Amino acid sequence: MKLFGRKEQATGEILAGGENAIANKEVEGLSQGQIVRRRFFHHRAAVIALITLGSLILFVMTSLDSKIGPIRIPGWWKWTVEDIPELRYEDCPGGTTGCPTLSLKPGSSFGLGTHPFGQDDIGRDYFALVMNGARRSLMIMFVIGAVAGFIGVVVGSISGFYGKKIDAVLMRLVDFIQTVPTIIIAAVIGKAAGKVGPLYLALFLGILGWTGLARLVRAQFLQLREMEFVDAARVAGASNLRIAFKHILPNAVGQIIVSVTLIMAGAILTETALSYLGFGVVAPDVSLGLLISQYESSFTTRPWLFWWPGFFIISIALCVNFIGDGLRDAFDPRQRRRITKKDREQAKLQVKAGE
Amino acid sequence: MTEKNVLQISNFNVDFWVDGVWYPAVIDMNLGLAAGKVTAIVGESGSGKSTTALGLMSLLASNARMQGSILVKGEEMLNAKSAVLREFRGKEVAYIFQEPMTALNPLFTIGYQIVETLRNHFDMGPKEAHARALELITMVDIPDPEKSILKYPHQLSGGQRQRAMIAQALACDPALLVADEPTTALDVTVQAEILDLMRGLKDKLNSAILLITHDMGVVADMADEILVMKDGITVEKGTADQIFNKPQHPYTQQLLGAVPMLGSTKKRPLPYKEDAKPAPVLKLTDVTVEYPKRGRQPAFTAVKNFNLEIYPGEIVGLVGESGSGKTTVGRASIGLLPIKEGSLEIVGKDISHATQKELFTIRRHTGIVFQDPASSLNPRLPIGESIGEPLLLAGLAKGADLAHKVEELLDQVELPRSYRNRYPHELSGGQRQRVGIARALALTPDLLIADEPTSALDVSVQARFLELLQELQGKLNFACLFISHDLAVVDILCHRIAVMQNGFLVEVGDRDQILKNPKNEYTKRLISAVPVPDPAEQRIRREARLALKK
Repeated sequence: MKLFGRKEQATGEILAGGENAIANKEVEGLSQGQIVRRRFFHHRAAVIALITLGSLILFVMTSLDSKIGPIRIPGWWKWTVEDIPELRYEDCPGGTTGCPTLSLKPGSSFGLGTHPFGQDDIGRDYFALVMNGARRSLMIMFVIGAVAGFIGVVVGSISGFYGKKIDAVLMRLVDFIQTVPTIIIAAVIGKAAGKVGPLYLALFLGILGWTGLARLVRAQFLQLREMEFVDAARVAGASNLRIAFKHILPNAVGQIIVSVTLIMAGAILTETALSYLGFGVVAPDVSLGLLISQYESSFTTRPWLFWWPGFFIISIALCVNFIGDGLRDAFDPRQRRRITKKDREQAKLQVKAGE
Repeated sequence: MTEKNVLQISNFNVDFWVDGVWYPAVIDMNLGLAAGKVTAIVGESGSGKSTTALGLMSLLASNARMQGSILVKGEEMLNAKSAVLREFRGKEVAYIFQEPMTALNPLFTIGYQIVETLRNHFDMGPKEAHARALELITMVDIPDPEKSILKYPHQLSGGQRQRAMIAQALACDPALLVADEPTTALDVTVQAEILDLMRGLKDKLNSAILLITHDMGVVADMADEILVMKDGITVEKGTADQIFNKPQHPYTQQLLGAVPMLGSTKKRPLPYKEDAKPAPVLKLTDVTVEYPKRGRQPAFTAVKNFNLEIYPGEIVGLVGESGSGKTTVGRASIGLLPIKEGSLEIVGKDISHATQKELFTIRRHTGIVFQDPASSLNPRLPIGESIGEPLLLAGLAKGADLAHKVEELLDQVELPRSYRNRYPHELSGGQRQRVGIARALALTPDLLIADEPTSALDVSVQARFLELLQELQGKLNFACLFISHDLAVVDILCHRIAVMQNGFLVEVGDRDQILKNPKNEYTKRLISAVPVPDPAEQRIRREARLALKK
């Protein structure tokens, strides 16, 4: 097999020469995007997280009725949040009411039942409530990601590209926002925003959450600004705007995507915390954090009222985090795939075959 | 014979495991090195020189596999226990790396780092070790040793740092010194001093030196025996005299043929008559460039009262050591840096205090090729787009027309048209530099600035690149300011040469006048320090230089 390798090296065209010729074998003939995609799909945890999150979103979004303008798309779940069916008493432990009917035990009771996640105090279907809450939380997560991402990129780019006075002013603004504790500001705003709805809460949280990203983008710009290809573009007659958007930003996009995913993972937890404290989403709207907060007194008697929103919060946050990790590894060229045990075994086999 | 050798490498193989296949990096290497001798391993990048050096002491990455035998003072090093390796590293085998700034720890003083090496290997008290460190620093000629021992790496100049690293390497009187491109990062005058130092120390301590380099001049200056490597295979082995004067293998012949040699090219007539000069393409009059102060750093004047004129169709070489302001002149000349005083004219237009818009109009007449092929192309753009950008922005071509022009440019620099859709990382250094030229020439400029375009290239690639540049210059007849630290390259290419030192222009003149009859003391020193790839002649030059020094 060693012979084969040698022959291939002799006959094959070595594209990227120099000391890295051998290391570059791995990425020969691929575009940047292809390399990133390939590395991402080599990251097992990230791929699993991506699939899980994707199916979770699909599951949550299709379960209840959705309204897009005048069009109404019916959901597949039989209950809605408004329905108040009768409370179920039978089979519940310790005289409680509305316990989940979901049963994974094989036998006659196996199946979803009428209320797989149980019912709340007045008999509303908890599955419908959790789905509705998860929808809100996901919406808030994406809005925060988009708003914080947009402001962070714009401020960071301007700051890093122009430098000097503009940079100093913008960075002091960042310092200022960072010194104010987010949770307190959000609580104050949340109290007022509670009346106008969760969308505004998300917008406000986004407006507070961009500072870290702005610093990161600024650092990237400062570094890339000194690269020779930027000078080359300038000599070619490119305007500042073209240099910033065509030449610098695409090179910083990896860092930006990674950072935004991590902001989103944090956002879902911030929303939960705020709603739990009563400053986030308020009734009659539902969110996962609010569900937990509403039923905190029944933790010992009816724990399922915690399980389900808790399960969704953890799975969403975990998935987004894993995807962020996978993306970071994929975009970072210094991350080279380690040699696994399997590789070593394969190598030994090859040697044997060669002999 | 084998018994006496300090280093004995036999049937040494290194392979790297990449993506499911073993790729050989060093194949069946054999080498014997006796005390007090210098063996040089030469070859181009990727030939396995550095891999061999690191493999000696098992310093390779974890995906490497080594086979064969490496005996240091009769002891097997390959697959030895880490305790044994630790014992040998530093004490018997010491390394000198290419880049002293990264090889020395910036957080500790050089004295501390030498003391650390000493105390790791010998039972020595702190005072004793300090005294020995001082002795070593004195030995490698670092000025003011008492004070220098307390300095951090960043407080020393490049040459001094390299000396400090040599002092550290010599701390335990190693039997074998592995020098991996020890002078590549240094200026020629400093390089000559470091080589003198290494030669002197070798004779004094009777160490064996394994010298790894791509510079045939350095090899001619130092080596007793030479090993030529290509793609991991030892293609030729012999004494310095054999390799330089009677190379057998075609690759060795090709390699030596590609090395530019000072004073080997014939006279190049100026493209204009001395008494009837045409209007200059670039005219710098009393130009001063200053980097403004930043925070506590005071303003720094990089170029002072600089005068130079470049006429159509000529190539002017700008040489000088690092920090002399060459690159600053190049960048200011095309309006990338503002000038503080003086006047700067390009094709008759004064751009001394031009606005962005005015600069935009002169961009059509200028082009620049940068030094570093790795950073001069946007990694996210296919090279076709990079090349076409100047045309697109000047509004000269669009769509299919642009694609056609890009193909023409690729043909011009002898790259396949299919490369249009490739990304920079898929190209080798030489290919990337060609792309850089294609981009610079896209608008058929009157003035081309080439800022050390060959310093990152291998000699054979460099030779081809210089040929191409000459061909293109002959065809398109642009004026060129060729910035380089390598006098031999400038010799091949240029009609006239300007020499810079510390921001001042010290001498400018005809190529032959500068190289054969330099008037300025500094120019003389610079020329005498260039090693020539011929052992016999280099010996004469070395003695002449030492005489000049005295």
